[in-house]
Amino acid sequence: MGEDRKTPLHDEHVALGASMTPFGGWLMPLRYTSDLAEHRAVREAAGLFDLSHMGDISVTGPDAAAFLDHALVGYISKVREMGARYSMICAEDGSVLDDLIVYHNAPGEYSVIANASNAELVLAKLRERTAGFDVVLKDVQPGQALIAVQGPRAEEIMLATAGLVEDAEISGGTAFADLKYYACMGMRFEGEPVLVGRTGYTGEDGFEIWVSADKAVALWRAFLAAGEPLGLVPAGLSARDSLRLEAGMPLYGHELDTTTTPFEAGMGRVVRLDKATEDGTPIPFVGREALAARKESAPARVLVGLRGEGRRPARADYEVVQRGVGTEVGAVVGRVTSGAPSPTLGYPIAMAYVTPEVSAEGTELAVDVRGRAEPFVVVPMPFYRRPQN
Amino acid sequence: MADFPENLKYTTEHEWLDQSTPAVIGVTDVAAEALGDVVYLELPEVGATIEAGSVVGEIESTKSVSELYSPVSGTVTEVNSEAVDNPEIVNQDPYGKGWLFKVEVTGAGELLSAAQYAEHTGS
Repeated sequence: MGEDRKTPLHDEHVALGASMTPFGGWLMPLRYTSDLAEHRAVREAAGLFDLSHMGDISVTGPDAAAFLDHALVGYISKVREMGARYSMICAEDGSVLDDLIVYHNAPGEYSVIANASNAELVLAKLRERTAGFDVVLKDVQPGQALIAVQGPRAEEIMLATAGLVEDAEISGGTAFADLKYYACMGMRFEGEPVLVGRTGYTGEDGFEIWVSADKAVALWRAFLAAGEPLGLVPAGLSARDSLRLEAGMPLYGHELDTTTTPFEAGMGRVVRLDKATEDGTPIPFVGREALAARKESAPARVLVGLRGEGRRPARADYEVVQRGVGTEVGAVVGRVTSGAPSPTLGYPIAMAYVTPEVSAEGTELAVDVRGRAEPFVVVPMPFYRRPQN
Repeated sequence: MADFPENLKYTTEHEWLDQSTPAVIGVTDVAAEALGDVVYLELPEVGATIEAGSVVGEIESTKSVSELYSPVSGTVTEVNSEAVDNPEIVNQDPYGKGWLFKVEVTGAGELLSAAQYAEHTGS
C-alpha cells in the first residue's frame, strides 16, 4: 500500500480546518466543524462535498451500450442520452462487486462511477469482460475532480455560482431549469466544459459536477462564495454517511459486499433479467444464471431498517437478537450493517441483515449493544424522505 | 496548539480531573474533538464505588463510541444530568459545563500534569 492519495481540493480542506481521514486509498475530509451541523445544513440548506476519490471510467466505442448490458446487471442500453442509472457489477455467482452510477453523458458514451475502494477492481473486471466488444475503456479519474452540492437550496446555489453558465452547444439538449433527477448535462465553468449530474447520495435534491483538476479549486471556491449566504457549508464523509443512512442508501462494504446478491439487499430491481435483443433473445450478462436462480429461491437473510426505541445506537457488526426480558440478550437473528443516531429524526437508526422470519415491519427485536440488549423495531426504509414541493 | 488548564490533572485516556472535594471529572477537548459530536453519555450511578483505571461509562458520538475511564477510585457523589440531557455541551465546554461526574476520592491512578498531557497528545 502506498501513501493515501490527495484530491485536487486537498489544500482547500486543510485551509478550512478539516479533520482528514484515510478512505478508500484517499485522504478525505471527515468533518470540517461538526458532523451534526454539516448533516443539518444539507437537510435545511446545502452542503458542499469533495467526491474526487470516486472512480470514473469512460466507456466509448460502437459497442459501448451492448458491452455495459453484458458487463453490468442493469439495462444500460435503455438509458437515454444524458440520463443516469444506478446499477451494479456482479461476479458470475451473482455477488456484488460494486454499486455504480452510469451516466450516458454523450451520444454512445458512458461514464461508470465506482466507489473509491473498488475503482481498480471495477476497471479490471470491465476490461476482462470486453472480449468480443468494440469498446474503449479509460480511467478518466486522474486529472479531474468531482464536487457535489446537495440540499434543498442546491439549485439556487448552482444558479448563483459565478462563472458557471449554460452553453447550448455542449448541454446535450437540456436547459438547466429542466434538468431532471438522475439526468446530466454539459455546462461551462470559466469557459471550460464541466459535466453536471442531478444525482447524489444524501436523500436531498442536488448536483454532482465533474471538473478538470485545474479548475477544481476555483469551482469549489465559487460554490462556497455563492452558497454561504444561502446556508451552504463544506461537509465531510461523516455527514455523508449519516445522510445516506437516513435516506436508506446502501454503502459498499456495509450493506453490499461479495457475500451479498442485489436481491438480499432489497435491490433486486437493478437486476434486469428482461434484457433482450430486438428479436426477443435474452441478452446474456455476467451473473445472469446465478441471479435468475437466486431470484426464484427464498433468501436466507434480508436487509431491513431498524428504529431504536432507546437512546443507544447500534453500530455496524453488532448482533441483532430476539427481544428477551429486560436487557437480556436473546438468540441471534441477524447483524447490523450500518447504524447511527439519526440527526434528523432524533432516534437511533440502523440497517441490518436478519432472517426472513423476523423481517416483517413492526417486528420487535433487539440489538446487542456491547452486552446489553437495546430494543429496536423493524421499520420501512428510507428512514427519511425529503419533503416534496 | 491545544491549551490545557494548568490546574487540572490528566490521564492518557483523555480524562481530566479537578482535585477539589469532591473531585470533578470530564474529558479533554482532545477527546471531544476526536469523538466528533457527542450524542449519548452513559455515566456511573450516584453512590457507585469505582476503581481508578476501570471503565465507568460510555461516550457515544455520531460516528463512534468510546469508553470512559475513571482517573480515581472512590464513590460517585454526583453526575452531570445536564450533560446527559444535552451531550453537545461536552463538545462546547469540555472543561466547564461539560463536566461528567464527581467522586469522593479514596485513591488515584497515574495522573499527568498539563505539560505531560500536552506531550502525550503531541500538541
